[in-house]
Amino acid sequence: MTPIITKIAGTAVPIMGNDIDTDRIIPARFLKEITFEHMGDYLFADARFEPDGSPKDHPLNTDGFKNATIMVVGRNFGCGSSREHAPQSIKRYGIRALIGESFSEIFSGNCTSIGVPTVTASESTIQALQEIITAHPTTPITIDLDARKVSAGDRKFPITLPDSRRHSFVTGTWDSAALLLSNLDKVRHTANQLPYMTGFSN
Amino acid sequence: MSKYTLYDTLWDSHRVATLPSGQDQLLIGLHLIHEVTTPQAFAALREKGLAVAFPNRTFATMDHIIPTDTVARPYKDSQAESMAQALENNVADYGIPFFGPSSQQQGIVHVVGPELGLTQPGMTIACGDSHTSTHGAFGSLAFGIGTTEVQHVLETQSLALSRLKVRRITFDGPLPRGTYAKDVILKIIQTLGVKGGIGYAYEFGGTTLDAMSMEERMTICNMSIEGGARIGYINPDETTYAYIKGRPYAPSDANWDKAVAYWNTIKSTDQSEYDDVVHFNAADLEPMVTWGITPGQSVSISQSIPTLQDISGSDQKTTEDAYAYMKITPGQPIKGLKVNVVFIGSCTNSRISDLREAARILEGKTVQPTVKTIIVPGSQQVKAQAEAEGLDKIFQAAGAEWRNAGCSMCLAMNPDQLVGDQVCASTSNRNFMGRQGSPTGRTLLMSPAMAAAAAIAGFVTDVRDIV
Repeated sequence: MTPIITKIAGTAVPIMGNDIDTDRIIPARFLKEITFEHMGDYLFADARFEPDGSPKDHPLNTDGFKNATIMVVGRNFGCGSSREHAPQSIKRYGIRALIGESFSEIFSGNCTSIGVPTVTASESTIQALQEIITAHPTTPITIDLDARKVSAGDRKFPITLPDSRRHSFVTGTWDSAALLLSNLDKVRHTANQLPYMTGFSN
Repeated sequence: MSKYTLYDTLWDSHRVATLPSGQDQLLIGLHLIHEVTTPQAFAALREKGLAVAFPNRTFATMDHIIPTDTVARPYKDSQAESMAQALENNVADYGIPFFGPSSQQQGIVHVVGPELGLTQPGMTIACGDSHTSTHGAFGSLAFGIGTTEVQHVLETQSLALSRLKVRRITFDGPLPRGTYAKDVILKIIQTLGVKGGIGYAYEFGGTTLDAMSMEERMTICNMSIEGGARIGYINPDETTYAYIKGRPYAPSDANWDKAVAYWNTIKSTDQSEYDDVVHFNAADLEPMVTWGITPGQSVSISQSIPTLQDISGSDQKTTEDAYAYMKITPGQPIKGLKVNVVFIGSCTNSRISDLREAARILEGKTVQPTVKTIIVPGSQQVKAQAEAEGLDKIFQAAGAEWRNAGCSMCLAMNPDQLVGDQVCASTSNRNFMGRQGSPTGRTLLMSPAMAAAAAIAGFVTDVRDIV
């Protein structure tokens, strides 16, 4: 069993804008490594750094946000490529959860399978959160998956996440590998019922 | 909730169990792998000491990092070489069939699967690549997965998944002159938005699609993911069956009737119920070109780049980002936009019919000397077919470069990359910032015919004026 995740507390960094794709989260040239070990170094590489390595104006280059553990993002975050390198770079950078208006299906699935909750909130909540943390980067933020709430200082906002995801985190079963493996006999049974799995020979 | 659709039928027949979370465990009938999203999965398998559960249901090829201008090994890029070696070692260690560079069957995974007959109706198909939706053209549930999920499929031939809603999208009428499957899917994404498909599988149909070849249908399903839909599919028909028959992994003649009988049981019917239905008419379609940084930011060739007033409030930020990144002026016509590079290839548009169409436009013409034009076949088999038809000669006579098979400049993980803020007329699927290898490179997505026309003109032009 993987660790139980019910609450994520820390400070948050705002990533402004919608439709931020996985190529922007981690450009393809960094996918040529055969381990995920260094992916945290490449998070938002082209948005954060000039080609000569000098830093650009980006929240993750701002002192107040450097130690953030929660990312507050816009709409359709993580669209595009299925590369798990994107959530891996976010997690290995030190982010433990994301709050956004919406996430691409594959991206949020990839985040779940490595234990990083992606919870959604209304456009107005996202705006309010981004304003709060922009004005006061040290504002303590807590995501409560059980209560489906996020608190920012003394303010509370509702969040949503599917029942199945919530269940996986609060029971520590977000890595489904063991569960899937325990049903291997049933997998073989299902395979035998499907004509193409037996080459249409039955 | 949808009922009695192909999606529902296949979901139910592939369900292994319902997990405590409420998700379903689904059998994956076909698993396709490539070099970029698998080494970490095999490493985890090795660490756990586990075997691949169904090694005869996983097939491998190499496409993302492979150079297209040389076959020499080791590759000049040492990272690419070690990635290639990792895949070669993994398939050897675990007994996985591999269509490698010396097989004459290597190519982009979404071109290779169908052309070998591996992709068939009624399957669940997963691959660590978001354009796996391509295979939905055959009437399968095909979708991209992450590397942890690749590991799950290797270990258990199954995945934990949540059921999607189903939106039926119909396109009716004959395609107007100069328009193609690429224009159909760009129009759909422009209308429904890049996030419109989140939470949905797209079922495409209508008389426009009924009349399409399998290659055209693959172009449509390929870009479902650009509209936010992880899955796109088309119900199988006689066109589907005729494409599959006789391919290396197709059902044998002795079992053919049984296969067709199965395929005929999985289709959506008049009784099917959908969560949403959207209709388009082909009559108004014109050649489409993207101008921005998402595949939804497109116009037809006779239109101008929208001004901020044309864009609804919540899309304005992405629009402003796009103006700045693309260095374009709102209100300027898309026609006439200068291009520096033309790329014809990718899992969207690198099949033989795409190359024939590009060759038809380029025949007897010359590409602008200032425009670097590269034509990259989707597979070694597509390359051989194109050469048998003399298309390579047409391309080379026009001044274009004829390359070896791979993903190439779609995502620029190999040496084929934009330089600086070059503008590329590209037949690929993504115009994201930095997508084609330069952090400031700019991409205009369009059909192969339109890309070929841009190569001749040196700027975005209407292919209907050329032929």
